[in-house]
Amino acid sequence: MTRTAADPRSFTERMNASPVATWMRRHRSISIIVLMTLVSAALPILAIVPPFSSFQTQTAWLNSYILAGVYVLLALGLNIVVGLAGLLDLGYAAFFAIGSYTFAFAASPIYGLDIPFWPMVLIGAGIAAVFGILLGAPTLRLRGDYLAIVTLGFGEIVPIVFLNADRFTGGTNGVRGIQSPELLGFQFTTATIFAYYIVMAALITVTLIFIYRLQASRLGRAWMALREDELAAASSGINTVTTKLLAFALGASTAGLAGVFSASKLTFVGPDQFKFVVSFTVLAMVVLGGMGNAWGVAIGAFLLYIIQTVFLKLLNSFFGNLDVPILSDIDFIQYQFLLYGLALVTMMLLRPEGFFPSIRRKQELHAEEDDGLEELTLPEDTSARM
Amino acid sequence: MFDPAVLTQQFFNALALGSIYALVALGYTLVYGIIELINFAHGDVFMVGTFTAMWFITTILMMNRSIEDPVLLIGVLLLVFTVVMIFLGVVGVIIERFAYRPLRRAPRLAPLLTAIGVSFILQNLIQVIFGPSPETTPKLFPNIRFQFLGANISLLAIFIFALTISLIIALQFFVNRTRLGRAMRSTAQDREAAQLMGVDINRTIATTFFIGSALAGAGSVVYGLYYGQIVFTLGFSSGLKAFTAAVLGGIGNTTGAAFGGFFIGFVEVYASHFGYARWSSAFVFGILILVLVFRPSGLFGQQLGERA
Repeated sequence: MTRTAADPRSFTERMNASPVATWMRRHRSISIIVLMTLVSAALPILAIVPPFSSFQTQTAWLNSYILAGVYVLLALGLNIVVGLAGLLDLGYAAFFAIGSYTFAFAASPIYGLDIPFWPMVLIGAGIAAVFGILLGAPTLRLRGDYLAIVTLGFGEIVPIVFLNADRFTGGTNGVRGIQSPELLGFQFTTATIFAYYIVMAALITVTLIFIYRLQASRLGRAWMALREDELAAASSGINTVTTKLLAFALGASTAGLAGVFSASKLTFVGPDQFKFVVSFTVLAMVVLGGMGNAWGVAIGAFLLYIIQTVFLKLLNSFFGNLDVPILSDIDFIQYQFLLYGLALVTMMLLRPEGFFPSIRRKQELHAEEDDGLEELTLPEDTSARM
Repeated sequence: MFDPAVLTQQFFNALALGSIYALVALGYTLVYGIIELINFAHGDVFMVGTFTAMWFITTILMMNRSIEDPVLLIGVLLLVFTVVMIFLGVVGVIIERFAYRPLRRAPRLAPLLTAIGVSFILQNLIQVIFGPSPETTPKLFPNIRFQFLGANISLLAIFIFALTISLIIALQFFVNRTRLGRAMRSTAQDREAAQLMGVDINRTIATTFFIGSALAGAGSVVYGLYYGQIVFTLGFSSGLKAFTAAVLGGIGNTTGAAFGGFFIGFVEVYASHFGYARWSSAFVFGILILVLVFRPSGLFGQQLGERA
């Protein structure tokens, strides 16, 4: 790869120099609230504007937004682990499962419990965090790729347990009849889809504020130091184990939060919802969005989810209706993971920092190019010279 | 349940299953030993092999039942193994060339992510080409069985075990006694120093991928012959189990990987035998986590890569 000869200041860098950006940096939480309000207000309107309104009804759009929101939460959580702390977690769906099942046990006929949604949001996130610590405590000493495999194994075991411990979990049938949230006597139902939408937007807003606060804190800086050079970070007095554990726990708790919400929205939880594909999809969202950049990751997750669930389906009916010879026979949904796979490989080869890069992460990922100039061991060249 | 005849029977089943894991595990261990990359796509390369073998046997050779004539059987097997092993070897080399080599100097996370990407590409390609439902592969072996301690041992199981052992011995010979094998060992120890000594790093790494994938190819033919049914998702779980085997034996250690493969085979078979079939995967992944936590260098330590 060669360095581009264009303006050394990237688009993001030029944007960051503007006065609006400076104000936003100074009042981060307020700007997140304002931006999220604007976005959440714009999306339902977008759903009734011509090109989009012809794809599906507004209710269907809101539904897609809400489910996309679950993935946004998951991606934001995984971004703490992968993007900020640089730990590869391949079993992230396990924490999503734990959050979902926690709420399923607490608020469904299965145990006759009737705990309301709001405290369970915190409890579910907490329980997922506990599992994150339980998994992380013994394994975080491992090197990066071993950690990836351990988490992958964990991610496989958790759904197997929920599937096979059918005496407690309903097995393949999962848990049905999970309660919907209730707020000040107002009961959420499928008819009040807007209520879910607002709660989702609020959850994402809070998570974003939380993440930006964390990122700027001592802990956030410790994560980044750890990611860049673990040895140097440890020598500068960072407790690597606690720092990594916190990343794991906070990432897991975000997944738990997403799990509680999704269980209450779908009113159903089953072991098939938490297969490796989920972990992979979320990881692809984080990488494509831009590891380390919370906004990028959130936008990436949202767009990918919408593309995956709405537009691929549309392509099918579009070409089907037009009767285009070859294209009408292709089932585009079938190619979904092929596209993800290709996107992931291409992205890592050409633009490892993602579509919406974090500036720091970008520098790290391209550090090799600067090194390469100084060192003599450029593989291709030396072999030719020898 | 504790009937000795049945337990002996299961012993041979475990040997056959373990052989498959051992062959796949060797690929993980070789690649990890030399470039310290968990070749996440390896399980799916193996899966591609099962489908290649099925396609080659049914469509090209037009065989769909067992072959009684021993000469013909040997000829067909030789042909199938050669074709699938070479094909998979080439697939492995192509993957290395385009997905891993450009990232050799990138942060660790990068090649691991492309590996996952490649794994999904392979899975989806096979799903699109052959369809999502399981396919039947022809069982070429005639149903010849031997009596041994009251158990019924099939010729196929004996063949599988013998083949695996010969391949493992051949690999040992290759790694320890040949020039390319020496290049592999030196590259694994210190890539830069090896390069300064005139080892062509790229060729050596490509060879390693070729051998690893070809061994998975042998495993994949065996898988089809033994189970008679394949599905496009099989690469993920068998890959993860084979990886567990590699870790168990000490990653980078070829003998260890072979041993680990058999061990995992035994765990799976006996777990099913004692009524925990649904939990057998969970057991294997549990072993994986325990080994990585308590003894990350595996039971036999590391042989190729010394930098753990």
